[in-house]
Amino acid sequence: MEKTNTRTRGASFLFSKVEPDHVFTPEDFTDEHRMIGTTAKQFVEKEVTPHQGQIEKQDFKLIVTLMQKAGDLGLLAHSIPEQYGGLGLDKISKGIVGEMVGQSGGYGVAHSNHTCIATLPITYFGTEEQKAKYLPKLASGEYIGAYCLTEPNAGSDALSAQTTARLNETGTHYVLNGTKLYITNAFFSDTFIVYAKVDGTKFTAFIVEKDFPGLSLGPEEEKMGIKGSSTRSVILEDCQVPAENLLGEVGKGHVIALNVLNLGRFNLGSACMGASKYSLSKALQFTQERKQFGRAISDFPATKQKVVKMAGRIYATESLQYRTASLLEEALGGLYESSDWKEIGKQMSEFATECAICKVYGSETLDFTADETLQLHGGAGFIKDYGVEQIYRDSRINRIFEGTNEINRLLIPTHLFRKAMKGEVDLLSKVQQAIAELQESVKLDNEPLAEERNAVDTIRNLFLLCAGLAFEAHGEGLVHEQETLMGLADLAITLYTAESSVIRTLRSVKRYGEEKSALKINLARVVLEDSLWDAERLSRTLTMALTDGEKQKQLTGLIFRECSQLRSVSLSVDKKRELADLLFKENKFIC
Amino acid sequence: MNIFVLLKRTFDTEEKIVISNGSIVEDGAEFIINPYDEYAVEEAIQIRDSQGGEVTVVSVGGEEAEKQLRTALAMGADKAVLINIEDDIENGDQFTTSKILAEFLQGKEADLILAGNVAIDGGSGQVGPRVADLLDIPYITTITNITVDGTSVKIVRDVEGDSETIEAALPLLVTAQQGLNEPRYPSLPGIMKAKKKPLEELELDDLDLDEDDVEAKTKTIEIFLPPKKEAGKVLEGELDVQVKELVSLLHSEAKVI
Repeated sequence: MEKTNTRTRGASFLFSKVEPDHVFTPEDFTDEHRMIGTTAKQFVEKEVTPHQGQIEKQDFKLIVTLMQKAGDLGLLAHSIPEQYGGLGLDKISKGIVGEMVGQSGGYGVAHSNHTCIATLPITYFGTEEQKAKYLPKLASGEYIGAYCLTEPNAGSDALSAQTTARLNETGTHYVLNGTKLYITNAFFSDTFIVYAKVDGTKFTAFIVEKDFPGLSLGPEEEKMGIKGSSTRSVILEDCQVPAENLLGEVGKGHVIALNVLNLGRFNLGSACMGASKYSLSKALQFTQERKQFGRAISDFPATKQKVVKMAGRIYATESLQYRTASLLEEALGGLYESSDWKEIGKQMSEFATECAICKVYGSETLDFTADETLQLHGGAGFIKDYGVEQIYRDSRINRIFEGTNEINRLLIPTHLFRKAMKGEVDLLSKVQQAIAELQESVKLDNEPLAEERNAVDTIRNLFLLCAGLAFEAHGEGLVHEQETLMGLADLAITLYTAESSVIRTLRSVKRYGEEKSALKINLARVVLEDSLWDAERLSRTLTMALTDGEKQKQLTGLIFRECSQLRSVSLSVDKKRELADLLFKENKFIC
Repeated sequence: MNIFVLLKRTFDTEEKIVISNGSIVEDGAEFIINPYDEYAVEEAIQIRDSQGGEVTVVSVGGEEAEKQLRTALAMGADKAVLINIEDDIENGDQFTTSKILAEFLQGKEADLILAGNVAIDGGSGQVGPRVADLLDIPYITTITNITVDGTSVKIVRDVEGDSETIEAALPLLVTAQQGLNEPRYPSLPGIMKAKKKPLEELELDDLDLDEDDVEAKTKTIEIFLPPKKEAGKVLEGELDVQVKELVSLLHSEAKVI
């Protein structure tokens, strides 16, 4: 048996079982967490949602007013230390606020962009003077922030930025030149975190204020969705930035840019989860009102099937988001007052794999849910008045910004292979152990959810088998085999979603008993059913591509047999219908 | 000013009531501060902010009511007291609650006591007035405005849709009607501060009360849901035919004429 450290290491779920007690779940929320959630929800429902029409019309003045109201309530201050006018709350609270504002489309994006990637660079990498100058204002909403990384020729390849910075002769100012593209919140931002290359080579971060000479904005972009968040280019023409506004160190901008994005990706997952829940509740309400063939369309099993699938994905998203929130808190909780940038960077990237999964799975859950909600609305889904087409339009950007889902997928296995190359993980022996376990017959223990946990272990073993095959086939050249990396990433995502859902359910069963956890058990099984089909398909596809001859035959046969044995965890059709009926009764996602 | 607020934990207004074995099922339901009590909390905080003093929220109930008291503290109240009767009393009524509250408030030298006009669950509207009576202080119900100036108080109260202005003096008990204010929701700093504010828990013993002293005066015979609303009827045909049919239905079916 693997000995579990009290401190979880990043990506360790890929090669070892997790200790259930180390997995945080929404059932572990404190009273404060719940109250924060209620306040954030009330704020959105009372202050933001009633103005959705104006927000869609890009009334940016209103957005600023709403952000300031949010600031009055402390909703912008959760991730800013107390000594700088913030609250210094944990990452779980951050996730909760992110979830609640997620349903508000463009406003939510403006809000989260501000509290996350626009503020965190200063929170974690600012000097004391910079923190004292900017953080209290960013916490209250007096200042709104933007984050400027993308350029016309530097999107996914962010570090190829062409914006330059040159220290002037007297050494008082850096002179910045270049154009930043698609900058969220640009129109109403007071501070811009800008990345530029000092002397054309050293990638460096700066805090640029809107009134610094030489900064101007391009015209408002006409976007498909999230219209409430302003999007413009930021143009720097001999922009004069005081030398003390250099953020972090010269040549170390990538430490800030990429690591802050990890938290951004986690946060995006939270927002997508909130929006998915909102979308599902709209689908639940509408299908009970809409009558065809003499009955509500919610009565039809095909509707129920869709509803159950959406709820399953939401359950998985919620489970993995809050599990990750707690991991991030473990890594970063003690670092609010630290100025050890190297350590901060290290801790921020520790859970890069998990954060990438939050981003990919959350955004794809929302896309799926928004699409099915629209479909269930029929023609009404296509009509603006019903508010569903907006969810659909607003959803789409989530698969693109904060690192495209493709870039994020590539990151997922790459992190593991890097650890293996560095000798941090003995991947080879893990792979051998996995293959051995796949061939052995399993003896289930007597603890709750034994079959479900066994299914999760099998998915892990399938991932390790494929990772081993990939390494064997391509060695160090694996980083260029993107088809293989994509397949491995999907297996890793499948594993994290399945495990997070099952372990959360297990904790609930242990605490409240099976009867009170019945809904969670059913939802976990809905998740697992899909996970198992995905894992089987993915691992067989990878095996086909990576092996040949007798070995191929043997391994694909093994995968087929192993997965077929696990089908009993699926939920029967009748139970799925009951699950849907329960959701209809509540008119919202519950578990 | 020494201000007290009487607060009850009630079902969320969005909850559907389910009855099983003659009692209301509480499992899995969401609970909130009784909305009328929320007006009282908000008003108390506003009066304290303008007049100085201290706001104490008091609730009679079970352990779970601590959540609602914490919410009131997060809104801005200074102290909370939970009189936990979980282990002592199975079936209380308005008499029980008011007797306990009055006993607690006795000697506390309250200047102003605020309560909700009614609780949205029991809906009796009795507890406030009964407490005032037991304490032998005046009370004014269903208030929609209050201005305190020294010890004199000017109040506007809702009288079946009309307004009545009354002048009174402290000490006084008032009950809040909808429209009194727009209750704030707790800010995040408020929530974090509430963690450190005092929340005292008392039991009947601590008030020198026996179960017999507060035994309910009423007995609940039956709990039932209102009858399901029947679908409406659309009358058709010429206008005079419709009118005739309507009259006859009002007579024979609805039996109102």
